[in-house]
Amino acid sequence: MAREVVVTGLGIVSSVGETVEAHLSALEPGFVPNVDTTTFAPYPVHPAVHLDWDKQIPKKSDQRQMEPWQRLGVYSAGLALESAGVKADAALKARMHLIVAAGGGERDYAVDGQILTGLRSAANHGVFLNERLMSDLRPTLFLAQLSNLLAGNISIVHGVTGASRTFMGEESAGVDAIRIAHARIAAGQAEFFLVGGSYNGERADAHLIYEMGGFYWKKAFRSVWERPAGGGGLIPGSAGAFMVLESREHAEARGVNPIAAIAGVSAERTRREPGALRASLEAQWRALGASRQAVVLSGATGVAQPTAEEKAALHEVAPGATIHPLGDIIGHSLEAQAPVGAIVAAALIAKGAPEVVVTAVGHWRGDGLIRLTPAA
Amino acid sequence: MALKDRQGRPLVAVTGMGVVTSLGQGREDNWAALTSGRSGIHAIGRFPTEGLRTKIAGTVDFIEVQPFCAPMLSERLAMLAAEEAVAQSGAGTKGDFPGALFIAVPPVEIEWPQREALAEASGQNEGVTYPDLLKAAATGRFKPWHDLFLFGTVADRIANRFGTKGSPISLSTACSSGATAIQLGVEAIRRGETKAALCIGTDGSVHAEALIRFSLLSALSTQNEPPEGAAKPFSKNRDGFVMGEGGAALVLEDAEAARARGATILGYVLGCGERGDGFHRTRSSPDGAPIVASIREAIEDAGLTPDDVDYVNAHGTGTPENDKMESMGCMAVIGERMKQVPISSNKSMIGHTLTAAGAVEAVMSLLTIQHGRIPPTLNYRVPDPAIPLDVVPNEARDATVGIALSNSFGFGGQNTCLVLGAEPKGLAA
Repeated sequence: MAREVVVTGLGIVSSVGETVEAHLSALEPGFVPNVDTTTFAPYPVHPAVHLDWDKQIPKKSDQRQMEPWQRLGVYSAGLALESAGVKADAALKARMHLIVAAGGGERDYAVDGQILTGLRSAANHGVFLNERLMSDLRPTLFLAQLSNLLAGNISIVHGVTGASRTFMGEESAGVDAIRIAHARIAAGQAEFFLVGGSYNGERADAHLIYEMGGFYWKKAFRSVWERPAGGGGLIPGSAGAFMVLESREHAEARGVNPIAAIAGVSAERTRREPGALRASLEAQWRALGASRQAVVLSGATGVAQPTAEEKAALHEVAPGATIHPLGDIIGHSLEAQAPVGAIVAAALIAKGAPEVVVTAVGHWRGDGLIRLTPAA
Repeated sequence: MALKDRQGRPLVAVTGMGVVTSLGQGREDNWAALTSGRSGIHAIGRFPTEGLRTKIAGTVDFIEVQPFCAPMLSERLAMLAAEEAVAQSGAGTKGDFPGALFIAVPPVEIEWPQREALAEASGQNEGVTYPDLLKAAATGRFKPWHDLFLFGTVADRIANRFGTKGSPISLSTACSSGATAIQLGVEAIRRGETKAALCIGTDGSVHAEALIRFSLLSALSTQNEPPEGAAKPFSKNRDGFVMGEGGAALVLEDAEAARARGATILGYVLGCGERGDGFHRTRSSPDGAPIVASIREAIEDAGLTPDDVDYVNAHGTGTPENDKMESMGCMAVIGERMKQVPISSNKSMIGHTLTAAGAVEAVMSLLTIQHGRIPPTLNYRVPDPAIPLDVVPNEARDATVGIALSNSFGFGGQNTCLVLGAEPKGLAA
């Protein structure tokens, strides 16, 4: 018999703010998104709000060892631990497991630019590269780039040391992190998790990848639902999103009231032939037992085909449902997409929503759903 | 007989294995080389090494990929290892593997040849910046590189080729990643979620910047001459690890299902243990508590006691720190008897295959069990009095190994241990 998996802590930071309430307010009509159209022009971004890192990462030495994607994650992880009432309990954190959805690899732009300039006229490219990398790379930069070092920093800064696993793979990593934590708790393989991810949308090196693929929205801000008609495209958004998941028994034993329950998580992968994504989402919706009245928090990116297919699938399985596109509010946050959705969903449940379904559809591959309900 | 363990969980059998390292392609070649004490570590020919402190590695040079880059080579290594493993297991049919995919892949990013191509396409000769690269990217001429350098692409291509089911999981737990891929497979089978799992670790990421990054952290051996003498795990004169490349795949199955379909069971993954460490980004807690806890947990998870361990396949990187802490951890769990338990490091011959290491070494551990022969720790000439262990110095040794412990430890406080066995000791009554 599967055990109930409950959400007991939420931590979220984005362009909207650093509180759960700010993100709930952003779902209300009249919300105006925070879009920076100049810093990375022609790429609009949803930049993270200014954060006082000291509040969650007390040591400057720790802050210096991290790049922004890691700081966003560690900061939001701290908020989640506080919200779950475990921040001060070292023994509890020492047996808390961690699953992190992460990318990695923030570059030193100045060093890269100087090397690329030098390479244009270097006699021997390989030798020049060796010399410059040996002398110009900060030794600790590697540790700010390694994917699993977001988890490592959470262990160091917050003392969450049960064991950590880092999932990679863009949007799928986020939904799979929640799926695996949920499955392990439900099956009695583990009790207590910190799960989430972070993404820094204000990175020229990350923009490079998606610009090569032609995935950016470079016009004036429009809703993700309207972008397919204009060619489609995503606007990156910075976000850190972590939540505490545990078995109902574990939450009760430590005297904590659940915020919501994770009723089910599914993740699939199609080859994205026309219609495949739509069929996958419809099948997952039914397999999770989601109802037609569920509130939907969509992770739609704005990229033409997947956004259009998601819209069609939702129209089929939940006609008339209230659908909030998170891409219109905080932008697209890759690995953090699903955790962001799950956290806002849990907050909606706490405000009285009977059922919320989160969609996590990748810009290129991967699709999943998370269904939340009030705890039993 | 129901094939459940003492906790009533399905037993997890290994029915297929594949491996590629600098020693060669396939189980047979690797095993022959490993047990004859041959090293795959050599001078790097892939890129110039002028100006570098370390000029050696266990690169896989007999496989060509175009364009040459870490994700392409990592994909190829994974593909070859998986082909061998899936063929041996006979699970499913061609292109229709009946289970999930868990794959440890190196974190990838655009590499220097691609950055250079973008810089050139930008037409900018002076003061190249990222906005210049972005202008080149916007031309659409480089579209395939988007897919090539996504973190999830290697897994996606493996999933397409083998027809694994569901959302494939790409993961990193640094140098214990390969073991974590196996652990995820074990857990999924024990949950009854799948009857089979394809678990892979792959790493073909030895390029200049990758090597320089480790070099700047003083993690690598700088003893370039002779290359095959550089990796010296457990020796007093050990001076760092040597980067290696490789791929390994294991087909895990619910033992009952494997037996029902008449599969040959090669061994069992009996237990897994893991523990985080919040002490430091690259160093272990000085008391070794997380290492001790993960070894202990793996043995307990297998329903065994420390006295059951016949052999330890060491993480054994050859860094001063790792080998000392690993020795301390094994001694703490297994006690005085550890001095007589053979422990050896495959890395002395294949180097540290990083993301792949946990999977490569799990395959080697199972081959050790299967053949009753322990591969040596090469280059053991100067014993370290602080490490009072039987490291199977320099020559392979015949021994009956029923239970092997395989350790994997990594940057970021990652510790993962596996207990592998010939037979399922600790069965349900």
